[in-house]
Amino acid sequence: MTEALLQVEGLTKRFGGVIASDAITIDVKRGELHAIIGPNGAGKTTLIGQLTGEITPNTGSVRFDGSDITALPTYRRSMLGLARSFQITSLFPDFSVIDNVALAAQAHDGHSFRFWADAREQPELREAAMIALKRVGLADRANLLVAKLSHGEHRQLEIAMALATKPRMLLLDEPMAGMGPDESSRMVAMLKQLKQELTILLIEHDMEAVFALADRITVLVYGKVIASGTPDEIRANAEVIQAYLGERDAEAANG
Amino acid sequence: MSRLFTVRNVVVVALLIFLALVPFFAVLTGNAFLTTLFTRIVILAIAAVSLNLIMGFGGMVSFGHAAYLGIGGYAVGILAYEKVTSAFIQWPVALVACAIFALITGALSLRTRGVYFIMITLAFAQMIYYVGVSLDRYGADDGLTIYTRSQFAGLINLSNRTVFYYFCFACLMGTIYLVWRMVNSRFGMVIQGARSNDRRMRSIGFPTYRYRLVCFVIAGVLCGLSGVLLANQADFISPATMHWTRSGDLIVMAVLGGMGSVIGPVMGAVALLVLEETLPHIIGAVGGFVTGKSMVAAKEYWALILGPMLLLVVLFARGGIDGLLRRFGRD
Amino acid sequence: MLLFIEQSLNGLQLGLLLFLLAAGLTLVFGIMDLVNLAHGSLYMLGAYFAATFAALTGSFVGAIFLALFATLLVGMAVELIALRRLYGRDHLDHVLGTFGLILFSNEMVRLIWGPAGMNLPLPPWLNVPLQILPGVYYPSYRLLIIAVALFVAVLLYLVVMRTRIGMLIRAGASNREMIGALGINIKLLYTFVFGIGAALAGLAGMMQAPILTVQIGMGENILILAFVVIIIGGIGSIRGAFVAAILVGLIDTVGRAFLPDVLKLFLSNSAASTAGPALSSMLIYLVMAVILVMRPEGLFPAASK
Repeated sequence: MTEALLQVEGLTKRFGGVIASDAITIDVKRGELHAIIGPNGAGKTTLIGQLTGEITPNTGSVRFDGSDITALPTYRRSMLGLARSFQITSLFPDFSVIDNVALAAQAHDGHSFRFWADAREQPELREAAMIALKRVGLADRANLLVAKLSHGEHRQLEIAMALATKPRMLLLDEPMAGMGPDESSRMVAMLKQLKQELTILLIEHDMEAVFALADRITVLVYGKVIASGTPDEIRANAEVIQAYLGERDAEAANG
Repeated sequence: MSRLFTVRNVVVVALLIFLALVPFFAVLTGNAFLTTLFTRIVILAIAAVSLNLIMGFGGMVSFGHAAYLGIGGYAVGILAYEKVTSAFIQWPVALVACAIFALITGALSLRTRGVYFIMITLAFAQMIYYVGVSLDRYGADDGLTIYTRSQFAGLINLSNRTVFYYFCFACLMGTIYLVWRMVNSRFGMVIQGARSNDRRMRSIGFPTYRYRLVCFVIAGVLCGLSGVLLANQADFISPATMHWTRSGDLIVMAVLGGMGSVIGPVMGAVALLVLEETLPHIIGAVGGFVTGKSMVAAKEYWALILGPMLLLVVLFARGGIDGLLRRFGRD
Repeated sequence: MLLFIEQSLNGLQLGLLLFLLAAGLTLVFGIMDLVNLAHGSLYMLGAYFAATFAALTGSFVGAIFLALFATLLVGMAVELIALRRLYGRDHLDHVLGTFGLILFSNEMVRLIWGPAGMNLPLPPWLNVPLQILPGVYYPSYRLLIIAVALFVAVLLYLVVMRTRIGMLIRAGASNREMIGALGINIKLLYTFVFGIGAALAGLAGMMQAPILTVQIGMGENILILAFVVIIIGGIGSIRGAFVAAILVGLIDTVGRAFLPDVLKLFLSNSAASTAGPALSSMLIYLVMAVILVMRPEGLFPAASK
């Protein structure tokens, strides 16, 4: 059981002349929270796209729970228990909060070629949705339209939807993006809860959050893995310091 | 959802009651044409409701929906010409033909998005139009007269004006109910989810393509029913039934009425066709009053008003009639 | 063989006309992201203008130039009054709004020119068959159409690829902000591009006018062929429009001429003469379907997204 839940091996993706993923190899062990960090343009989004099946790699493979999923379409990966939250909030704006989550639950409750019964009246979907909403602390917002939620609440809803798909592993794409300090610390607390039960791959810019949460960290620069290890190892890694100091210098220079 | 007696709901109920009583008004006013006109309206309302299932709820803007009017109509016309008049054969053949056409063209069209989808559905409908034109045996360009309406083994007499009207009305109510159940079902949730965010749907585990395709086929079959009725009503079918401007009319009905609800397109069909019928008279009367001259000629030009009106609806009344009525109820 | 050469030339000519229509459509879509169903109305207007000016001036060539200018103006006016309000809205709005425009322009034409339709007679010097190969004659006017359309195609290519305006047009297709940042009046550019598209459609209409009758609705069916062309070619690509237009023109014309005979090799005479016309009218749509299966974005997908 110590074997990795998600194994990425030699994943390479080229866009024209640009190599967005350069032979990336990552193992995410069962039960761990694995963070991926890297400066802008490191190829984090491309990597997540390949993990979820929206981008097809040129070479390399992705294995989930021992089986090769490199060529599976997105929805099949979701069926296997690989759930994703989006960086840019990507919800169904004409639905209420609970409708959004119930839809995610519905995706994993058999096929949806059911044409007659009112989906909003089905207790199995509503209850599953409520459980997920409670876990992220949005239960009291269930009947609001999505448009009425704050930015932070949108991110919580993103995670509730991922949870409602009964995942074994969460891919979180910058869940803290655009959050204030209060919202951020609430999100960190919530992720601490979730990591008790789920394997999580976290892509995040907020270093404080990453070092507070991660069991292991992989550092990506220009599509290449330059380091992988525990937070302490990463903190001490000369190459990582180089990459990040370089970025910070550049930022300072730009004002 | 909250209140029952909103302006909008009252109008909807009044409209349905009016439609249910049309033959009586026809008798009272001694104007049999009223029933004929509203039979047409009710039949085309079925087509508009079916289009709105894919367009309003599914986000699939099909510009080829009139193809199913033609396929349904030609199935009736050709079988009648070949001496097969039983509805029990004609109608299933018509609906299955529509399903097959929808399945094939939908499978291809749904691989594309946005403008491509609009243009491809348009192109496939045009293809069927030209097939109609090339059917030399069945009247080609000139169309085909249907001498016997579909026979229900003596159970329902479609040749009786009133019976036929109520038959069509029942079909419309059935279609509305069916579509209403469907959009609120699990299937409907998937369709609407795919409209607003297809990518997200796939990432939470829905193979959206097959749901959209099934929805496309269902809409095609429902519109085929409308085509079957339309051919029976006109006792005639010709390629003009599936001309692409007819597809445009159906889109206009759905948008004018309001794409946000199942019943919206019915309002749109009634509004558009009643307008089409009365606007020439109104123009004539107003024009005659203003200029003091007979404005018979002006009646011809009602599209001069309809065209810009469409543009205005697009620009200022996105929710259509239904949307306006709902806004009326609030505040 | 003679027939084949003649039909191929006919196909080439249809293809080039389609290119003129499709070029305007694809430019307007690529740059302004506008679906313009009323493009066929501009084609019709071009023909009506040419027929009217020819009757007034008595000069065929003069009428063509006047009509070109008139469609350019009408196109720009339509853009200014109505269509620019549709930019940035969703495609359904474009479809509806421009559909309304079709209804309006059809009635307007009926009001101005009457329902009867018009003719644009050819001057005698264009009404002679030319010997293009020993023993092969082809109408000089049709050759002129081919020459003019090819000339316009080359001109368009040079303008888009080699000039400052063309650079702006290409930049507009991929990067709206950039043009704004360059301080170019983007609204003016849009109006101008729309006018050019209108003039191209009008040119196609007026060149067809002597071959067909000038009548209401004449632009509607050919518009759909133009759609097929830009679907096959890839929306937004001028090069794609050119290749696809020639392809569609040739397949449609040659298919209609020869498919029934080809079918007779396999089927009985009566079956072939029934299926032939139906099948040949479906041919280009089948080609479109096959191309879509292989390349859902068309042959030359626009690079920008």
